[in-house]
Amino acid sequence: MAVLTYLEAIREGMRDEMRRDDRVMIFGEDVGAKGGVFGVTEGLQREFGEWRVMDSPLAESCIVGVCIGAAFNGMRPIAEIQFQDFILPGVDQIVSEAAKIRYRSNDDWNMPLVIRAPFGGGVHGALYHSQSLEAMFCHVPGLRVVVPSNPYDAKGMLVAAIRDPDPVLYFEHKRAYRSLRGEVPEHEYTVPLNRARVVRQGEDIAVFTYGLMVDTAVQAAERLDRDGFSVEVVDLRSLRPLDRAGIVESARRCGKVLVAQEANLAVSVSSEVSAIVAEECFEYLDAPVMRIGGPEVPAMPFAKPLEDAYLVDVDKLEIKLRSLAEY
Amino acid sequence: MVVANRDVRAVTGIDAGTLRAMYRHMLRARLLDERIWVLNRQGVVRFWVSGMGQEAIQVALGMHVRPGIDWVAPYYRDLALSLVLGMTPRDQLLAALAKADDPNTGGRQMPAHFSSRRLNIISSGSVVATQLIHAAGIALASRIRGEDAVTVVTTGEGATSEGDFHEALNFAAIHHLAVVFVVQDNGLAISVPTSRQMPTPDVADRAAGYGIPGVVVDGTDPVASYQRCGEAIARARAGRGPTLIDAKVPRLTSHSSDDDQRRYRTEEALETDRQHDCIGRYARRLAEMGVLSAKAADAVRAELVAEIDLATAEAEAAPDPAPESVHLHVLGDA
Amino acid sequence: MALTVSMPQLGESVTEGTIARWLKQPGEPVAKYESIAEVASDKVNAEIPAPADGTFGEIIAPEGSVVSVGQPICTIEQGATAPAAVPAPFVTAPPAPAVVPEPAALAPAPVTAAPAPLTTAPAAEPAAPSSAPEPPATVLPPAAREASSIGSATPGANGTGTQPGHQHVTPAVRMLLREHDVDLGELRGSGIGGRVTKKDVLEYVQRRDGAARATGALPAAAAAPSAAPPVAAAPAPGPSAGFLVPSEPAEEGDQLLPMTSVRRAIADHMVRSRQTSPHAWLMVEVDMSRVVRLREAGKMAFKERYGISLTYLPFVARAVVEALRRRPTFNAQWSDAGLVLKHDIHLGIAVALEENLVVPVLRNADRLSVAGLAQAMADLGNRARANRLKLDEIQGGTFTLNNTGALGAVMTQAIINQPQAAILTMDAVVKRPVVVDDMIAIRPIMNLGMSFDHRLNDGLQAARFLQDVKGQLESLDESATLL
Repeated sequence: MAVLTYLEAIREGMRDEMRRDDRVMIFGEDVGAKGGVFGVTEGLQREFGEWRVMDSPLAESCIVGVCIGAAFNGMRPIAEIQFQDFILPGVDQIVSEAAKIRYRSNDDWNMPLVIRAPFGGGVHGALYHSQSLEAMFCHVPGLRVVVPSNPYDAKGMLVAAIRDPDPVLYFEHKRAYRSLRGEVPEHEYTVPLNRARVVRQGEDIAVFTYGLMVDTAVQAAERLDRDGFSVEVVDLRSLRPLDRAGIVESARRCGKVLVAQEANLAVSVSSEVSAIVAEECFEYLDAPVMRIGGPEVPAMPFAKPLEDAYLVDVDKLEIKLRSLAEY
Repeated sequence: MVVANRDVRAVTGIDAGTLRAMYRHMLRARLLDERIWVLNRQGVVRFWVSGMGQEAIQVALGMHVRPGIDWVAPYYRDLALSLVLGMTPRDQLLAALAKADDPNTGGRQMPAHFSSRRLNIISSGSVVATQLIHAAGIALASRIRGEDAVTVVTTGEGATSEGDFHEALNFAAIHHLAVVFVVQDNGLAISVPTSRQMPTPDVADRAAGYGIPGVVVDGTDPVASYQRCGEAIARARAGRGPTLIDAKVPRLTSHSSDDDQRRYRTEEALETDRQHDCIGRYARRLAEMGVLSAKAADAVRAELVAEIDLATAEAEAAPDPAPESVHLHVLGDA
Repeated sequence: MALTVSMPQLGESVTEGTIARWLKQPGEPVAKYESIAEVASDKVNAEIPAPADGTFGEIIAPEGSVVSVGQPICTIEQGATAPAAVPAPFVTAPPAPAVVPEPAALAPAPVTAAPAPLTTAPAAEPAAPSSAPEPPATVLPPAAREASSIGSATPGANGTGTQPGHQHVTPAVRMLLREHDVDLGELRGSGIGGRVTKKDVLEYVQRRDGAARATGALPAAAAAPSAAPPVAAAPAPGPSAGFLVPSEPAEEGDQLLPMTSVRRAIADHMVRSRQTSPHAWLMVEVDMSRVVRLREAGKMAFKERYGISLTYLPFVARAVVEALRRRPTFNAQWSDAGLVLKHDIHLGIAVALEENLVVPVLRNADRLSVAGLAQAMADLGNRARANRLKLDEIQGGTFTLNNTGALGAVMTQAIINQPQAAILTMDAVVKRPVVVDDMIAIRPIMNLGMSFDHRLNDGLQAARFLQDVKGQLESLDESATLL
């Protein structure tokens, strides 16, 4: 089986689907000739031509809106937003339009649209190339929001997203692009879009997280392991809908819960996971539900000491886990 | 006395049958519109937004569209357009009464949010101008598949200040997509006049910035509208790119049933608009051309009233949506 | 004084660069900020400036070499009169991004192993024998955990001692106290401020019950099936004990094949499966003519395209999955409240290894075509043999298919893979004389047998299920394309 980077797995998912289904197309800034500013779509325009891998104007509402129109007319578009930070001009098309089309037409129309964007920091991207804004979309019924944490899931979830009949926001951690490698089957496969995955089994603490933080959590769990604390790491994978049953199962079994994320905590994915645990696992809790995330500042700054102060790394996570373990 | 068809065609460029058909469509839309206002004032229709005065341009445009083949992205005043394309008075009354069988939205949206997958009328929401970009995307898909379908999209002049209007024209123009943008300029965005909406007198002036033709037309003249729309659609179908049609129309009613335009418009302005009512003027013109006598026009009116009466009764008797259905159709699996 | 210059990071997410050309040679004078090399990365080509005045020293990375970000590429000799080296901002190496291993797959414990019994033999017993596969690293044997919690290093834990009865009791602890009939006053707390934790209660219960069992006061605990991974328990007497045969060779020539964890686990599971499910068995004969023809017609192209052989297994799997969709009581689990119909279909495909029986699980098997199933099963089989299955590929199956025909068997009665409702065996495809239109004909016949749990389904449903699979295979559309 091939070992691919996270980025290559994403590219392969799109490429395989475009070969299998000629309705699939990609539209966004620099996706064509340049192959994307990160190189995700490299080679695809050469293979599929400039109408199926198309460079858009610098206009995010246009990017999303054109893909909505193309999807109305039978295509399966993948809109690429260059950085999640720049998705905001497109939010009207995403929230007012894409999310509501099936509901408002009483199921006469549906909107099979994928919107991909790289998010997250730790790459000296500063305030406008490092944000984690996924939570705002998790609030919107009619959207799916997914974040793969490894190359296998990246390909399988992207294929599933492209085949899904509803709008899927597919966020890729930009620091994972070239730093994560893993085995990815060459054959056709999908990964379900509504399931969390237990990455590491444990008994004492369940850590719920997503994206690059999954890897950080596994590293922290291994440190605690040496001292006899057994930490379960659950990769949420689907942020909307959250895998309620999966979350409850792990939380009840472990009794102690930590929700970890890169984004700041207020009104975030961690808030929703905590609410679910509080509602459905109260009788099984052996400690308060804890969270760890970025500080309440507008975004991650450029200077390294400031960026490091923002990021949750394995040391900070370990400290938090230990305090919870000792409770 | 029946005037020879070729004489009518020589004068208008349109045959008599088409001229009569357009009158019928316009009058049907007007009568339906009036009926819904009545129901609103009765308290039965909770909200209505009207297209009265804009029937001519809408019907003329719709006559050139092949329903189910070409594509239409309408806006909320397009009652007449929706009927020309094949929706019925019963459909729109079901919508006005928010009934479960409303084909547009199942009663989920306010009325006048036209939608029909069968007829290639895309679903629209209440945010203005978003559909302009959708139209460009629809036309892109047609281009990718090598089809000769044309996409027509309509909007009011107020929405041409939105960023989406500019992003849509920009993109469609770059790639010479088969889109016809039809702006129905009725001079007001609720209470804000066009002088506060754009720096130049005509929406058509905006087209030059995108390198596409901007065509001003009297939107109350079905003949002129038919010709301009036909040209624009032929242009698009021939691969020569988009056109912006700026159709001037009056606004005979307030913005919506929640608005009273007498509070911000003078009686003179309102009277001027009434003078431009397309229905009466067109009827007189058809009579003068010998295409449709007054007697024949009355017969048409009577038929249409009967049709609308029947549709009203059916719609009023139809069931409301079930409360538990509020949870359905958020995503595909439920 | 020599200053080492390192490969800078050229572009977000870039991890390495190639020295395209050196612009300076050893001995040449160098000015601060002057370009000394051309470097190419997969996002950007750029020139690297010198961090200080001096003389170009030694080339560490020759032209054409690929260097990771932060690794040395050359040196610069700073003269006595040269200003102190001020590293240019991008020369300081950011930490090399970690190459993260693939998401942790626990060393595959035997899939059909017994889930952890709640208690084990008294804590004095040694840990698992060395011949066993490594136990999942996350779970310590109870003995070790107990040792670590007493007098643990957790700051401020029970320094001041516990005050039974005056403490904050969490819901989890309350529930456990009730369930196991424990008085809070009997417990020492290891949590903050002497709080009694869930672990404290569980360990107390284990010690209490273990002692009771040793004195015969309690029977051996029945292991409750759970989603927890199997702990490779010490080879203590488990459910498979049954007739106890002394292990010392009793008669001359007898030989003892020492117990392994794998054998123990399989034995425990098989015994418990038979004890849990009333097994009934049904068989049908399937005329595989169409499948054989379709496979013959397509196997060359298939092999060429996918690099694997096309067997009968994916055809049967596809038919089974369809039947499961229509007859959900076979994709179900028994519970006291009723049948739990599982929504997803995760098909276990038994793989016979020399020393083990593994059942890798093909998740969401209903999403795959015959071709997709063939590839996925080949991949799972390969990784099962190489011991590289992921955690969610060895658990969570909802139905099992066993290709006993590959071993030559023509009729098999398998044991159900708990907690599933049934297990289907496909035996060998054998050409047999059969009667067609009152004449003898030769047809390739395959027996399909199903052991099913008679609590969930009766013979009627089982027969219909098998008829469903049989019907699909016998009416396969031979003109269908596989690719």
